[in-house]
Amino acid sequence: MTRLPRIAAGLALGAAMTMGAFAPVFAQDTIKVGVLHSLSGTMAISETTLKDTMLFLIAEQNKKGGLLGKQLEPVVVDPASDWPLFAEKARELIAVDKVAAVFGCWTSSSRKSVLPVFKELNSILFYPVQYEGEESEKNVIYTGAAPNQQAIPAVDYLMSEEGGAVKRWVLEATDYVYPRTTNKILEQYLKDKGVPPEDIKINYTPFGFSDWQTEVAAIKEFGSAGKKTGVVSTINGDANVPFYKELANQGIKAEDIPVVAFSVGEEELAGMDTTNLVGHLAAWNYFQSVDTPENTAFIDSWHGFIANDKRTTNDPMEAAYLGFNLWVAAVEKAGTTDTDAVLKAIVGLSYPNLTGGTATVLPNHHLTKPVLIGEVQADGQFDIVSQTEPVPGDAWSDVLPEDKGIEADWTDPLTGCGHLDTATKTCGAAP
Amino acid sequence: MAIRLLRLIAFLIAALAFAVPHAAAQTPDIPALVDALGQGSFPEREAAINALVATGDERVPPILQALADGNLYLRKSDAKVVLAAKAGSGFALTNPLDGADLGPAAKAEIDKIKVNNGLRGKIRTAIGQMTLLSPDRTTRLSAAQTILKNADPAMRDLLDKALAAETDPQIKSVMELARAVIVLKTDTTIEDKRAAITTIISHGDRDAQTVLSSALADAPDELKPLIADGLATIARNLQLWDIAQNLVYGTSLASVLLLAAIGLAITFGVMGVINMAHGEMVMLGAYVTFVVQNLIATYAPGLAEYAMAISIPSAFLFTALVGVGIERGVIRWLYGRPLETLLATWGISLILQQAVRSIFGANNRLVAPPSWMTGAFELGGLTITWNRLWIVVFAIIVFAALQLVLNRTPLGLQMRAVTQNRRMASAMGIRTPFVDAMTFGLGSGVAGLAGVALSQIDNVSPNLGQGYIIDSFMVVVFGGVGNLWGTLIGAVSLGMANKFLEPYAGAVLAKIIILVLIILFIQRRPRGLFALKGRAVEQ
Repeated sequence: MTRLPRIAAGLALGAAMTMGAFAPVFAQDTIKVGVLHSLSGTMAISETTLKDTMLFLIAEQNKKGGLLGKQLEPVVVDPASDWPLFAEKARELIAVDKVAAVFGCWTSSSRKSVLPVFKELNSILFYPVQYEGEESEKNVIYTGAAPNQQAIPAVDYLMSEEGGAVKRWVLEATDYVYPRTTNKILEQYLKDKGVPPEDIKINYTPFGFSDWQTEVAAIKEFGSAGKKTGVVSTINGDANVPFYKELANQGIKAEDIPVVAFSVGEEELAGMDTTNLVGHLAAWNYFQSVDTPENTAFIDSWHGFIANDKRTTNDPMEAAYLGFNLWVAAVEKAGTTDTDAVLKAIVGLSYPNLTGGTATVLPNHHLTKPVLIGEVQADGQFDIVSQTEPVPGDAWSDVLPEDKGIEADWTDPLTGCGHLDTATKTCGAAP
Repeated sequence: MAIRLLRLIAFLIAALAFAVPHAAAQTPDIPALVDALGQGSFPEREAAINALVATGDERVPPILQALADGNLYLRKSDAKVVLAAKAGSGFALTNPLDGADLGPAAKAEIDKIKVNNGLRGKIRTAIGQMTLLSPDRTTRLSAAQTILKNADPAMRDLLDKALAAETDPQIKSVMELARAVIVLKTDTTIEDKRAAITTIISHGDRDAQTVLSSALADAPDELKPLIADGLATIARNLQLWDIAQNLVYGTSLASVLLLAAIGLAITFGVMGVINMAHGEMVMLGAYVTFVVQNLIATYAPGLAEYAMAISIPSAFLFTALVGVGIERGVIRWLYGRPLETLLATWGISLILQQAVRSIFGANNRLVAPPSWMTGAFELGGLTITWNRLWIVVFAIIVFAALQLVLNRTPLGLQMRAVTQNRRMASAMGIRTPFVDAMTFGLGSGVAGLAGVALSQIDNVSPNLGQGYIIDSFMVVVFGGVGNLWGTLIGAVSLGMANKFLEPYAGAVLAKIIILVLIILFIQRRPRGLFALKGRAVEQ
């Protein structure tokens, strides 16, 4: 007769365990968070790291007890570097998986592709990459840099005595929307600063360009006009390695013609031998080499999570970190994950940057961030040579004549406006 | 701010105090000056560097070099400047002045002394000044070049001394140019300046152009026409060199295109298989190079310089095996059905990309160039980079070897027989399936070789192959299907056309123009430049 109770006990235990395992799903006890980054295709090189970062941040938050007493559950999808697929996957995340917020996208094309979905289904996208500006949407929080938080301070630095007092400019770029817009802003800015048009050279190359001989020789030639010359590079991911290899081989030293890049970070340098590139610059809001207690703690726990001491951290990772933590704070403040309530709560919230200071969400859905200029070192890291006070992100660049006086204000998500003409107080449609 | 300014002034005074010639009675306190490098902002550091340079001590250049290389650190405990080298997880410290061992330190105990581009330039000039009389030829040459870059009038006496002692013609010419530039900057007679300008014009290179165009604005009026004439002469001269330089670039691009396309010329040209996975074979070759390099670094560091040489056969064999596998596994079931072949090989290419991404990660991998493949050399007015030169040589060797295999070996004979008339070849006792597999393997292996070369100039990433597949098809179709010479001519003409268009049209437009031209060309001659003739073609 001892057997029956034991079986019964076993059954009960089994049932309890099964219940335990499945209970959260049945009881709707988790908050789902969407992760929309390409894990295959050309953009996987950059976006895979951000997917890992999101899983890391969510795991950390769950260790702290989750959010609103519930555990967070990541839902990871792979839009495969395919812009229309981004929209489809975003719809799937919001409509089918019922996620509370989505963290994702890298390229501007993918962001533009998902925008209508987020508007239609009224959800929130946290976008963690530096971009060309000229946009402010109710459903998007831009945690990366706007042009005035990256491009313009970088140009200012090169113009300064300390940065080499550059007088002649080459804007070297890949041919797509981000460099085109950034260069439009920079060209106007340089002209406003009194740089004559013959001292500005803009050159575009196709995606994935690999034969840089002519371009690098042209930079050398442009630099031989007797004025200090600098290069502002908005060359996209894959084309960077051959570009820098050619620079190194043709012997262009940073002391003579410095190159400042907006899309080259620690990750991109990992595939290069940087001994001949020492001194070339990058402008970001974050570098791994930043020496603050917050950053050291972040890097240590990241290495622990990913179980690899060699993995680098980079600027979009910090942007994802800020976006996630600001969202957590907004949900806690609002007491719900409801989109409009969270959007109302998030404006004005602050969270400490990894670089010191705090990031505040502005009414235009951008952040305040300090701008850092780093010089490439022989070990593939950056030495910070200049750091600004936190700069508020400007959605509509004040440099462009057509955007003067245009602001965005989402203080109240229901009545807010993304393209407000401050002179006439009218809310126009974004161009 | 005021304190900083005071400190700066104090430094300047100190610098001045030490600037007296070394004959002065008191010896400068070099250790204190070295420690001063660790303090303050960039301008203060610059003052400290100047103070060190003013001592003229021979121990200074290596210390400055270490500072420029980022090897000087500040020990936080006693604010001493130390030389640190990575040792395990921490650093091994030495005294920068006498090399005495100062024991190990953890990363948190020391702070790197940062330099920026401005300081690095200053250091380079300072080292140049201090090493202009060095017995070592390369040191002297780089010293002369830095002096030319900065052309500080204070250097004139030193330069005269160095010029008198110099015997090497190349260094002498740089020094003469530097001297002329300095003369141009100082207050001397018009005649002296005229002579200096003539010297500069006679150099006629990019440096001379830079110097003259910056001198033009400040020059006395009577010299302006001379400078303007000189600039025009140099520009004409450089224009000729530019054409030659474009030829070099074109040759280099042609060699890359040839390497990428020649494997395809075999699989697509000879066998007629539309192989969309060709680019991935190139990519696999590059990854084999990466793996070989890492294995050598781990197990036989002594062979590191030969890593490239060892990669070549390894990459060929590996990609050839993968190629044979694909042919036996997939393509042989699809002969005669080009559309299915296209889709299947496209699928294979995606599978290979994602497989590599899963194994090696999505990030770029570093294939370090061997020392004989880095840098560039000057040939007249041309700049030729070593890595590209070696790739041209490599492409020629691969092309010649393939010609040999196809024309002088039994396998080549069988391949040609099978392509020209499969059934007849089969009737003559040739095992056509075996020949098919070998041919595809050969094509893939050659693509792997291309990967070894491309690892030197491009990303080693899963996407490497995609950038080359379109270009490869263009070369093969343009050159004429089934003809290796056609591929060679195709690669050369596309490479040259691209590089001659690029300076005028820009890279984006150049690519479009080439594409349009090829489409038009194919309309006129659907079989490409060198069409195969004969009955086999008609089928």
